[in-house]
Amino acid sequence: MMKRFLIALVVLMLAGPVVAQSGPLRLTITDGVIEPLPFAVPSFEPENAEAAQVAADITRLVALDLSGTGLFREIPASAFISAHSSFAQTVAYPDWRAINAQAMISGAVTVSGNQLIVKFRLYDVFSGTEMGGGLQFAGTVDGWRRMAHKVADAAYRRITGEGGYFDSRIVFVSESGPKDNRQKRLAIMDFDGANMQFLTDSSALVLAPRFSPTGDRVLYTSFASGSPRINVLDVTSVGTRQLQTADGEMAFSPRFSRDGTQVIYSLANGGNTDIYRGDIASGASTRLTSAPSIETAPSLSPDGSQIVFESDRSGTQQMYIMSANGGDARRISFGDGRYATPVWSPRGDLIAFTKQNAGRFHIGVMRTDGSEERLLTSSFLDEGPTWSPNGRVIMFMRETQGAGGTSSLYSVDVSGRNLKPVPLPNGASDPSWGPLQP
Amino acid sequence: MTILPKIALMGLIVITAGCTNPDRFTAGANDAAQAGVNDPTSPLFFNQTIGDRVLFAVDTSTLTDEGKAILDGQVGWLQSNADYLAIIEGHADEQGTREYNISLGFRRSNAVREYLVSKGVPATRLRATSYGKERPIQVCSQESCYASNRRAVTVISLASLS
Repeated sequence: MMKRFLIALVVLMLAGPVVAQSGPLRLTITDGVIEPLPFAVPSFEPENAEAAQVAADITRLVALDLSGTGLFREIPASAFISAHSSFAQTVAYPDWRAINAQAMISGAVTVSGNQLIVKFRLYDVFSGTEMGGGLQFAGTVDGWRRMAHKVADAAYRRITGEGGYFDSRIVFVSESGPKDNRQKRLAIMDFDGANMQFLTDSSALVLAPRFSPTGDRVLYTSFASGSPRINVLDVTSVGTRQLQTADGEMAFSPRFSRDGTQVIYSLANGGNTDIYRGDIASGASTRLTSAPSIETAPSLSPDGSQIVFESDRSGTQQMYIMSANGGDARRISFGDGRYATPVWSPRGDLIAFTKQNAGRFHIGVMRTDGSEERLLTSSFLDEGPTWSPNGRVIMFMRETQGAGGTSSLYSVDVSGRNLKPVPLPNGASDPSWGPLQP
Repeated sequence: MTILPKIALMGLIVITAGCTNPDRFTAGANDAAQAGVNDPTSPLFFNQTIGDRVLFAVDTSTLTDEGKAILDGQVGWLQSNADYLAIIEGHADEQGTREYNISLGFRRSNAVREYLVSKGVPATRLRATSYGKERPIQVCSQESCYASNRRAVTVISLASLS
């Protein structure tokens, strides 16, 4: 079952007046080559004996979150001149400047039963100032990873000026068994692969789960009836029901509208596949495309006004944009090869896609007018991008070649840097990145 | 929901029970199934002697002459064995994205359905669906395997087509 815990986020003025000066420490994330920003995280202070282990664990995870972005580089504790072992102590800025730590993160942890309180402060070493005020997060000891992610998100946000993505979850398909008898189950995990839990059993083939904008529900395609049908699953209760769609033989490729009340999806009838919009509560649906070609993989713009989708109306798969109410569509992809599975970025500026060309698969991005196409990856089979909540990172599935081929999840920075696998015990595919958790 | 008028032999029930699971009905499934190979009214005869599948070229749903010949055999069998229904399952090889391959598999199964209907099989006895690239029967990543995976399989069933 899903672990539930409440988090109270309390902003505390933990000490003294806020320094009026806004520190010059700012990492502007650009597409150019960047030098990772060096930072130091002295071990968070355990404020009581019970907190010792979890304080150490949280410290390590905060550092891992930040360095894992490729934007930050941790300075090892062995290089520290002063220990900063107490959260309350004055920061010895010269000692941190001497080891070129541009940012220093200090924290303290208290454990009371299963209650966990984490405090943190962020220091701009070269300005000799604190960045923002102290923050305190309260949660459970079991949920310590979320506390660490929240600290890392706050540090990331303050240094980059952009939203973080560490305290978020991803729903995906967990895979096991050989290629000709593959078992697939819906599963959910933290952004870093931790806390994986299954949401369905493997009794029916399931594909392509999609998180709701608030992360409370998941749309997915199930073959339980023998044909693809769209189901909606409540993440908390793990209850699931089949979504009512327009009459058709197969319904698949669903995504929520930005307000979570509607679904855009593909419906197939008589060999033809078109895109529909449906109301989740009433089941009423409207057909948005009517070409005899395959129209599928719709994704809404962040403002909900437009839909990007793929169609083979030109003869091969290409990407098109139309009004969210249907009507004329304009083609945006014109490069070599096929373009599929478009996903609108949360910032609205880019479309991520799967490109198939000359026997290779790529994950790429382009602007919404089709310009500035950039391929981020290349392999035998890369497919199905999903955006981090801040639009900086893309996760996707990579499948290896041959009889023993398996799928796994990878993430890559939108700049193309920092490609890395998500550590999971089983095969995995079809990730959908949920929102930052409250 | 359609209830079939007569359920013939117990042996057939055993055999067809194995047919409800796609692609799990190959030869040698059990002794009863083996006995059906020589019985022209058995689904096993359909699968093995008539031919339960047709293959497609890359990214197409056009029936080949060879495929049409197999489907002509399926028409004859379905007309002689009117108690049976068929689910036509379309499949794609792994060279393509998931959603597109579901649609492509459906184009293939629908091409088979339309052909069977055009030759006189009642549409009410046929249902088309697609598994996209999710159910390969050959697992290598070469054309030799892909060719077998780009298929539409006519799965004979006594079960109702709800």
